[in-house]
Amino acid sequence: MRDVAVIGVGMTKWGELWEKSLRTIFVETALLAVEDAGIDKIDSMYVGCMSSGLFAGQEHIGSLFADYLGRKPVPATRVESACCSGGLALRQGFIEVASGMSDVVLVGGIEKMTDVGGNEATYALGTAADQEYEGFHGLTFPALYAMMAVDHMHRHGTTREQLAMVAVKNHENGSRNPLAQFPFKVTVDMVLKSVLVADPLRILDCSPITDGAAAVILCPADMARKLKKPVVRIAGSGQATDTIALSSRKDLSWMESTHLAAKAALAQAKRKIGDMDLFEVHDCFTIAEIMIIEALGLVKKGQGGKAVEDGLTAAGGKFPVNASGGLKAKGHPVGATGVAQAVEVVEQLRGHAGERQVKGAKRGLTQNMGGTGGSAVVHVFEAE
Amino acid sequence: MQSPARSWREIPQRYRLEAAKCARCGFICFPPRLICPECGAREFGPHKLAESGKVLTYTVIRVAPQPFCDQSPYAVGIAELDDGVRLTAQIVDCDPAALKVGMRVRIEFRKVSEEGEAGVIYYGYKLVPE
Ligand SMILES: [Zn+2]
Repeated sequence: MRDVAVIGVGMTKWGELWEKSLRTIFVETALLAVEDAGIDKIDSMYVGCMSSGLFAGQEHIGSLFADYLGRKPVPATRVESACCSGGLALRQGFIEVASGMSDVVLVGGIEKMTDVGGNEATYALGTAADQEYEGFHGLTFPALYAMMAVDHMHRHGTTREQLAMVAVKNHENGSRNPLAQFPFKVTVDMVLKSVLVADPLRILDCSPITDGAAAVILCPADMARKLKKPVVRIAGSGQATDTIALSSRKDLSWMESTHLAAKAALAQAKRKIGDMDLFEVHDCFTIAEIMIIEALGLVKKGQGGKAVEDGLTAAGGKFPVNASGGLKAKGHPVGATGVAQAVEVVEQLRGHAGERQVKGAKRGLTQNMGGTGGSAVVHVFEAE
Repeated sequence: MQSPARSWREIPQRYRLEAAKCARCGFICFPPRLICPECGAREFGPHKLAESGKVLTYTVIRVAPQPFCDQSPYAVGIAELDDGVRLTAQIVDCDPAALKVGMRVRIEFRKVSEEGEAGVIYYGYKLVPE
């Protein structure tokens, strides 16, 4: 396997982008990554997208985007694994460059979610759950995570306030991210008084509906060094699956797929979790971040809520989690999220993260997952 | 809208609670599978789910997808039945404020949802406090 580097990153402002189409959002974002890389060559493309079919009535987007990016006839492949689509597209690009099959690969992630109404968006997202045994009974994603929260609170003593503190922390971080959908602060009181979605989760516990994209350019690390670019390597990549039906899990609030993906990625990078300087993780709901920091091994099982309360994961804490604002404040265009996490970590490792820069960051980890954890992917990045 | 074939296929599980018991290790699969997730065996005997159990976790859905909008708010939960099988279903005939982890429930056959004025009506199991 060859060493793989990220030589270009691009992200545009996220939000309700009513004036922009699916293809326009993609091309604008991909162009930023191409310009950042500074080389006019793409051998192959991957696009992470959960459901352009249900959200925009458009499938076959690999070819559509290759064409509109002016890169026809390069190979272009769409990757789908619910909210994990972007992270898995990154992994496919990584594998293609590492294998020697291609030199320069563009990896994009995208979701255009506001062309449909709220009920339709809820339905589209719900297809990532078990349709015959969860969706049939009227389950939604907030409901599934709410049930994980009830289990975590019941067995580990996690409090309602601790959940709120995840949102407060991520909005605090997001207030320093100009590309975030909601770059403003919230208080615990605001979270606790926001409208209930699925008890005990309230609207400010939930990541929003977002239009947006992110893109990176990968190439062999040797090529990146010759180009005299700041070299950020992908040192490790790990992926795992779990049951998509929550009821089939032995432990209802433990993220086993994340645990295994992290173990694999860290082993490949020959690193320990404590070697990482920052973490971008999949906080689709406040309870998710608590379960993820446990699964990554930042804290012991059941201690995630207390860790947030103690400031362990705050911007100035021992393990800064979601310096970008996370899905909560930055937004969650599902297929784009996994790629945007990589964009943030690369910016941080280059020292280009502006006001939200984690000082001296040299190594970072991204964790992206689909559904209630039926899929998960973790990447380890290192600056040279 | 689901095709009639899709709902018809699920009748053994939704109406009759038919599961499959692994002939080698005894693990009960609900829904039935072709391969036992515990031991990999491919031979199963019939098993009808236990009709009582306890709530492991629950929530009250206040923002519902179609075709459940008219029902909201409604409670759902994951129950562990007395034969060890876990399933997800609505919890009905119960004040949402009275929901508790560990509460006893039994399975009843109910209407789950319907598709508009002249659409298909879907039936299945729901959980009711004992
Ligand atoms: Zn078996």
